[in-house]
Amino acid sequence: MILKPRLEDLKIIGFYLGKIILGLALTMAIPILIALCFREINPALDFFIGIEISVLLGLFLIRICQTDKDLNWMQGMIVVSLSWIAAMILGAIPLYLSGNWKSFLDTCFDTMSGFATTGLTLVQGLDHLSYAHNFWRHLIMFLGGQGIVVIALSFFVRGFSGAFKMYVGEARDEKIMPNVINTSRFIWLVSIVYLILGTLALGLTGLFNGMKPSNAFFHGACIFMAAFDTGGFSPQSQNILYYHSLVYEVITVIIMVLGAINFKLHYHLWMGNRKEIFKNIETRTLFITIIATFFVVAVGLAQKGIYPQATALFRKGFYQLISGHTGTGFQTIYAGQFVTDWNPLALTGIIIAMALGGAICSTTGAIKMLRIGIILKAFKEDLKRIIMPERAVVIEKFHHIREVFLEDRLVKGALLITLAYIILYGLGALVGMFYGYPFLEALFESTSAAANVGLSCGITNIAMPAMLKVTYILQMWAGRLEFISVFTILGFLFAALKGK
Amino acid sequence: MNNKFKFILIILFLTLGCQGIAFSQSLSSNQLIINGKEYDGKLIAFSGEVIGDVMLRGDFAWVNINDGENALGVWMPAAAAKEIGFTGNYKSRGDNWEVVGVFHRACLEHGGDLDIHAQSLRKISAGRIIKEKLNYDKAQLSLILLGALFLIWISMLFKHK
Repeated sequence: MILKPRLEDLKIIGFYLGKIILGLALTMAIPILIALCFREINPALDFFIGIEISVLLGLFLIRICQTDKDLNWMQGMIVVSLSWIAAMILGAIPLYLSGNWKSFLDTCFDTMSGFATTGLTLVQGLDHLSYAHNFWRHLIMFLGGQGIVVIALSFFVRGFSGAFKMYVGEARDEKIMPNVINTSRFIWLVSIVYLILGTLALGLTGLFNGMKPSNAFFHGACIFMAAFDTGGFSPQSQNILYYHSLVYEVITVIIMVLGAINFKLHYHLWMGNRKEIFKNIETRTLFITIIATFFVVAVGLAQKGIYPQATALFRKGFYQLISGHTGTGFQTIYAGQFVTDWNPLALTGIIIAMALGGAICSTTGAIKMLRIGIILKAFKEDLKRIIMPERAVVIEKFHHIREVFLEDRLVKGALLITLAYIILYGLGALVGMFYGYPFLEALFESTSAAANVGLSCGITNIAMPAMLKVTYILQMWAGRLEFISVFTILGFLFAALKGK
Repeated sequence: MNNKFKFILIILFLTLGCQGIAFSQSLSSNQLIINGKEYDGKLIAFSGEVIGDVMLRGDFAWVNINDGENALGVWMPAAAAKEIGFTGNYKSRGDNWEVVGVFHRACLEHGGDLDIHAQSLRKISAGRIIKEKLNYDKAQLSLILLGALFLIWISMLFKHK
């Protein structure tokens, strides 16, 4: 028998949602500081309004849902799902007020794309966008990359047992430290140290490339946030092509790879355990899949013959591939060039890379390397069983921080999530084809949205059908949260309608 | 002598005239990106607003020009780039320039970038500073919301007492 949710459930969900909304409101103060630095009056007002609406909503929810009870698993998952929807809508308010988005739906598309670290965008006149709005676009990637709930856990929510339920709901099922709050704080520590180093490296490169000092460091910070959180937004409409710099590309590749690595692995590297990077199943799988998919892309590009020089082929092919594989979405070619200048084989290589993604407990989306590694190990185990005598006991192990026995439940879990992602990629492609886009292009864009990548072959633009925009928003949301929270909220709605 | 003078006049007319045709037939960025193969290595004209930074690289410079659809990178002599007065951003409208140059869909000199190597440049119109005026509607809305927040704060204070 399905039980109808009680009023108590709604109150607990509303209370914690209100707290997270208050946390989100506070983050909007940062663009106000940027606006004040660059003397932008109206953008500062846009964020002031955004904060006011968010605080009003947050206080309203806390007031009417006042409770001192802790979250259970179902409630924790629903709070996470709803937090992301609330962040999308509230985060869109200051951007929409700027007038650079055609509709509120387009703005919501961009904020979901930002929070989910996707990078697909529908902004208009990006080259004339204010510093404050531009910073917010990148900051939401930074916030979303670490996890909206992680922010609340780190700074705004005092320790309580429900914290871990929300942490897991945000697709972070690995605790780096025994305490989830400390884990969240470690994630922030890593991110902020890299932010300082990355901004300095990119800022100085920009300076040597001839950019104005203020622009060089502003772009450095924005590009770092987009690269480390594998987001893919950029302050200029040309994305990374704007900089015309090999050094800039090399630095962003390094940051993208750092962003695609498991935070737990970062922790071990920081603790001096460098051997872990060579032994870990995720880094090994990432290395193999990068080589394999780059081979496909390189053959495709060589067949097409657009880049007669090997260096150009490598620079363009490898950059888009790493960008796709890490789920970043930075481009050094124009969106239309994927269709006109690349052939289907090269495009397929990028689609596979996007579909695979980076490490779990990183800022990337998609299926992720641990699951791919586990599935490959399971295949290996089955092959061994076939080859070896019937009496032989076949045991497969893999190394992920420690030695782990390959158990059926691990394989089942990996296969289930992989299947869910494949269905999500396919569904988006179907909707794309329904609106008349060719199969490969529709699959490319759908995979990019669902795997939170952000590479575009040109389908994503302000003129695309509203239903397709909504489809991509849902894909970005479900893909970022890795389904469980989304399934929970669907179950909750079903119970509310059909339960007794 | 008369014939020579006529000949010079005709050559001058044709040269200036052809240049005029080239300038007046500016291609859009979308045309260049989508039909890159067709225009690859050819002399084309492209015009638009200079945006962002003028990035000097030795004797040359990278300038990004946006025609309203996309921005394309233009590789031009540094001396010409120094003539740019305004570049487009939130606080200024950039100069409008017309570039005649060789289009590369995958430039061998620049790592496969899609770019234009400028041969001649012409400023169509100068840019300007955009003065930001306070949006009174936003200011009003902000004050109303602030009032609402104040009321909630007062009500919460009373509740606690």
